[in-house]
Amino acid sequence: MVPDKRVTIDEVVAEIRDGMTVGIGGWGSRRKPMALVRALARSPVRDLTLVSYGGPDVGLLCRAGKVRHVVYAFVSLDSIALEPHFRNARQSGAVTTTELDEGMFLLGLQAAAWRVPFLPTRVGLGSDVLACNPRLRTVRSPYDDGEELVAMPALQLDVALVHMHRGDRGGNGQYLNVDPYFDDLFCMAARRRFMSVERLVDTEQLLAGGPPQSLRINRLMTDGVVETPHGAHFTECVPDYPRDEAFQREYAESARSDEAWEAFRARYVDVTEAEYQSVVSR
Amino acid sequence: MSAPAGPTRADVCAVAIAECFRDDGEIVANPIGTLPMIGGRLAKATFAPQLLMTDGEALLVENVVPVGVERPEKVVGAWNPYRAMFDVVWSGRRHVMMGASQIDPWGNQNFAFIGSHERPRAQLLGMRGAPGNTINHRTSYWVPNHSPRVFVPSVDVVSGVGYDRAAALGDAARFHELVCVVTDLCVLDFRTPDHRMRLRSVHPGVSVDDVVAATGFELVIDADVPPTRLPEPEELDWLARIDPNGLRHREVPDP
Repeated sequence: MVPDKRVTIDEVVAEIRDGMTVGIGGWGSRRKPMALVRALARSPVRDLTLVSYGGPDVGLLCRAGKVRHVVYAFVSLDSIALEPHFRNARQSGAVTTTELDEGMFLLGLQAAAWRVPFLPTRVGLGSDVLACNPRLRTVRSPYDDGEELVAMPALQLDVALVHMHRGDRGGNGQYLNVDPYFDDLFCMAARRRFMSVERLVDTEQLLAGGPPQSLRINRLMTDGVVETPHGAHFTECVPDYPRDEAFQREYAESARSDEAWEAFRARYVDVTEAEYQSVVSR
Repeated sequence: MSAPAGPTRADVCAVAIAECFRDDGEIVANPIGTLPMIGGRLAKATFAPQLLMTDGEALLVENVVPVGVERPEKVVGAWNPYRAMFDVVWSGRRHVMMGASQIDPWGNQNFAFIGSHERPRAQLLGMRGAPGNTINHRTSYWVPNHSPRVFVPSVDVVSGVGYDRAAALGDAARFHELVCVVTDLCVLDFRTPDHRMRLRSVHPGVSVDDVVAATGFELVIDADVPPTRLPEPEELDWLARIDPNGLRHREVPDP
């Protein structure tokens, strides 16, 4: 049988220390491990580097003062195109960034997962990705074409956090929506990997939920698994639940003033996960 | 919102957008935004049925899906999650239409941020897929608010690659091609000897002077600038089916 890798939210957060590089799965405001993100926002940790196809995970952690640097291609709430807390953090100079194309981002995770220092790509040539990243280098093909390409460096993560629909106690995970995003790559690119799931099931029950190819995360990729029902709220987690658009608007409006943020924080961040779920289900 | 009688400015824009995809053949047409999606689907419904198009997310659908409709019928031909989309992009079998917060005479596009990278005055979308799109396959742009704030002599940061930068790259930029820039006033292209932006057509009711006044740099303007063509009756029928709620008129109100 599978090993028992069940952990608590607090045990996951305790693994994350000042200055670490944390990768967060999902995409925009879709299937984000928000229960873990909220707990991280409550923790005393600081100076994190975030690596994310960004959504409210990035905005919330920036606003909570946990972040020094963001590696990103976009930070969006989907139905609200620009993430207001991230915008404030950038425009006030609170965080620095690495500007990447979405595909370069994938190649950086893939390079880390494959333990190679970089992967070559045409992407970035001609754009200001290179000007914004003085450390980025190009590489010349050793073959007859001699083509010069961007050498996208590995995005090595200290910790990866992902959220899946179902999982077992051994750390196998299953997605039930239409897009797996890059959650498996985040896990493969990280030294410590934690998966939250909507529901823990017996391994025998996994295929009742979806076909074998929905088992995108296997237990080679995970060090801990935690059941967080409704744990992606307020991001989209179909088919279990859609994005909570009304709540998302309330979150976005909390970027308007310090008072609005403090009220949001007191009600929805500085509370336990159980209290949060109780409040938002009302 | 009910549509005015006869073809509206938004209808003309939709047809102009559709025309961008006419000669693409069997590739993924990926217009991003409301009017771009409407125009792209109009192309597929009429003169470019071989186009592949997404449902806006991870599926390639073979029917013409309406916009702004809850749970539309989808005839799914293929699964195309984000990771597969990068395979499409990097293989070159795609034509994207993106927005632009700024665009310059060479088609360098910015929607990442305004101001400096260290501390932007306005943080916008970030680079998104623009660097990879423009260096790998055909790209067009949609600008619903043609103004000197968008059409600038020089962009603050280059997310989408323009022709001057592509020329400097030489052979490495052999897959780079900017097709059209469609705006609420006109259609622009880069069919000039040095690939500077040219005024291709003005929408009915718009003068060349209107476009010049709304553009913050000098366009290439031929002696005779034709009007953008009007929608055919069949195209208006399709627009009513593709955009039953008239979202296009909200994006581009009639002047």
